[in-house]
Amino acid sequence: MATVSQNSKLGNVLWPALAWIIALVFFFPIFWLVFTSFKTDADAVKPEFLFFFTPTLENYTNMTQNYDYWRFATNSVITSSFATLFALVVGVPAAYAMAFNPSRHTKDILMWMLSTKMLPAAAVLYPMTFLTKNMLGIYDTHFLVILVLCLINLPIVVWMLFTYFKEIPKEIIEAGKMDGVSTWGEIKDILIPLAWGGIASTALLTFIFCWNEAYWTVRLTTIDAATLSTLIEGNRAPEGLFFGRLAAVSTAAVAPIVILGWFCQKQLVAGLTFGAVK
Amino acid sequence: MTSLRNTALGLAMGIASASVAAADGHTELTIAIVNNGHMINMQKVAEAYTADTGVALNWVSLEEGVLREQVTSDTATGGGQYDIINIGMQEAPIWGAAGWIEPLEFGAEYDVDDMLPAMRNGLSHEGTLYAAPFYGESSMVMYRKDLTEAAGVTIADNDSWDNVKAAAAAMHDPDNGVYGACLRGKPGWGDNMAFVTTVVNSFGGAWFDADMRPALESDEWKAAINFYVDLLGNYGPPGSEGNSFNEILALYNEDKCGMWIDATIAASFLENDNVAYAQSPNAGNPVGANWLWAWAMAVPTGSPNSEAAHDFIEWATSKAYIQAVGNHPDFGWGSVPTGTRASTYAIPEFQAVAKFAAAEMAAIESAAPAATDIKPYVGVQFAAIPEFPEVGSAVAQEIAAALSGAKSVDEALAASQAAADAIMSEAGYY
Repeated sequence: MATVSQNSKLGNVLWPALAWIIALVFFFPIFWLVFTSFKTDADAVKPEFLFFFTPTLENYTNMTQNYDYWRFATNSVITSSFATLFALVVGVPAAYAMAFNPSRHTKDILMWMLSTKMLPAAAVLYPMTFLTKNMLGIYDTHFLVILVLCLINLPIVVWMLFTYFKEIPKEIIEAGKMDGVSTWGEIKDILIPLAWGGIASTALLTFIFCWNEAYWTVRLTTIDAATLSTLIEGNRAPEGLFFGRLAAVSTAAVAPIVILGWFCQKQLVAGLTFGAVK
Repeated sequence: MTSLRNTALGLAMGIASASVAAADGHTELTIAIVNNGHMINMQKVAEAYTADTGVALNWVSLEEGVLREQVTSDTATGGGQYDIINIGMQEAPIWGAAGWIEPLEFGAEYDVDDMLPAMRNGLSHEGTLYAAPFYGESSMVMYRKDLTEAAGVTIADNDSWDNVKAAAAAMHDPDNGVYGACLRGKPGWGDNMAFVTTVVNSFGGAWFDADMRPALESDEWKAAINFYVDLLGNYGPPGSEGNSFNEILALYNEDKCGMWIDATIAASFLENDNVAYAQSPNAGNPVGANWLWAWAMAVPTGSPNSEAAHDFIEWATSKAYIQAVGNHPDFGWGSVPTGTRASTYAIPEFQAVAKFAAAEMAAIESAAPAATDIKPYVGVQFAAIPEFPEVGSAVAQEIAAALSGAKSVDEALAASQAAADAIMSEAGYY
């Protein structure tokens, strides 16, 4: 008994300590990024100034004065929000159909959807540019960025929602059907309330993916629809990386998403572990 | 259901209408720039241009590689995305020859003959100017006079590498945090290879032979890389394979470098008053011992505002622009873009603040980008061929590996030769 108790005590110390170490390792890049953003470019590359330095807001002043941060941030909010919304509007009925009315091709369709994520983006850069600029005339518009973000995240949205919906007993949906509820009623009044945690976490993850998307947002925009990814990209200078300046821009770009994730972490964890211990 | 449909339709229409730019008849120029200090300053100085002409300017700052990719994909799809682009000396003649950028012609007032000949030639193809420089540079030696005097050594213009190495050894005092020579080691065709190529040139080597086959295992390359690894390995700061312009600038300003051989623009950032300048060293061949680079402005073919774009470039690279920066309350004569016009170096206010001016101009004037018997390509620290960035990047990794000791010089050069050979062969040079 004494051994079990000692082991248990040791475990009580070791596991939290390990958890803290892992958390600190993961947190360090964020800490370093924020710290560096308050250093001058010269101090940022000096190892002896890692922790002790004179903080400056110079990089943030430069960012707001020389770069239109708020324009980029507004575009990121608009495009990520609407892309997430539209992905859910399409994804929820699609996942509903596949989860509760599967056909013999459902699995193939799901695999095909996922396989579209395997296409190298660079392979379709030229057709995308030609199509959107020369044929459709929607290059550098919010509409295009929303459309692209929505489409590239749709496979993940459908897959995640499908997994959550599969956890809901089919009988509940069928009971609704027996009571004469329409398909839309089943989704709105039964499915969405039951799978709310999963839908919320899917929405949050999709929003994060949209926010962080850089390849297409940089290449399909110029001025009007350019997002924070473009702002970060534009701060890589030909003389090398100016770490202080780049850290300030990166901090300002990731801050909204980190804050959002912080406030929604309960929903995020609840959604991600939905059905995991069933 | 109907209300949901209406809401969705309303949202879609709202987004679509918000995305359509208002066409109000004013000329708007979209300018793609690299994040260079002079270009950032230009955005403020150009507010006066907009006020005078009514031409609105939209600035798009892009990373160098993304900018190249954007411009090439834009050109391939008929252009129109940008009216003006920033390009470097490596691309200007290639893109001009390919018809991707428009030839530039300016009025008599522009005084194109005032442009430094090296810059004008480097940005031209078959005598036609395709890009106008807004900032140019060469490379030179910057060293601590107090340390050379204390050590009893001198560094002369176009000194021999052996003498420079002896001076580095004499100043090297790692116990007190002073390193004899701080040089670029971070891998990248524009990082370590810019400097390394000038060393190779000065040893009489070249990237390619007359048939454009890589010549990276030649005796000259072996001698140059052995010298570079020896100099930087023995008398450089630790971890030099991670150092490029910014890192060395920080080290130099902390008084940790006896000498630094790098871009002439570095001189304007040095804080130590004891700095002296010398023209780049060589090992018998002074041709190509100092590099030449310019950031320039060009009009991509397909710009819908070509005429207005030409007018803006004419203003932004003119003598009047230099005066506008010098007299601007936010900038001053220490911030004027240098290395483009001879007349800049004759301005008394500029001379008063830029002690490096004479050395910089001498370096730019002596830079030799033209093809020679030794190197059959245009360019000093690069070859003006489309494949060079790929070749340069591959070799850069190997040279950094040799510097860090992960590979021997011979192994690194053999791997470099194989990589370069594969790229050039695939590109159809032979």
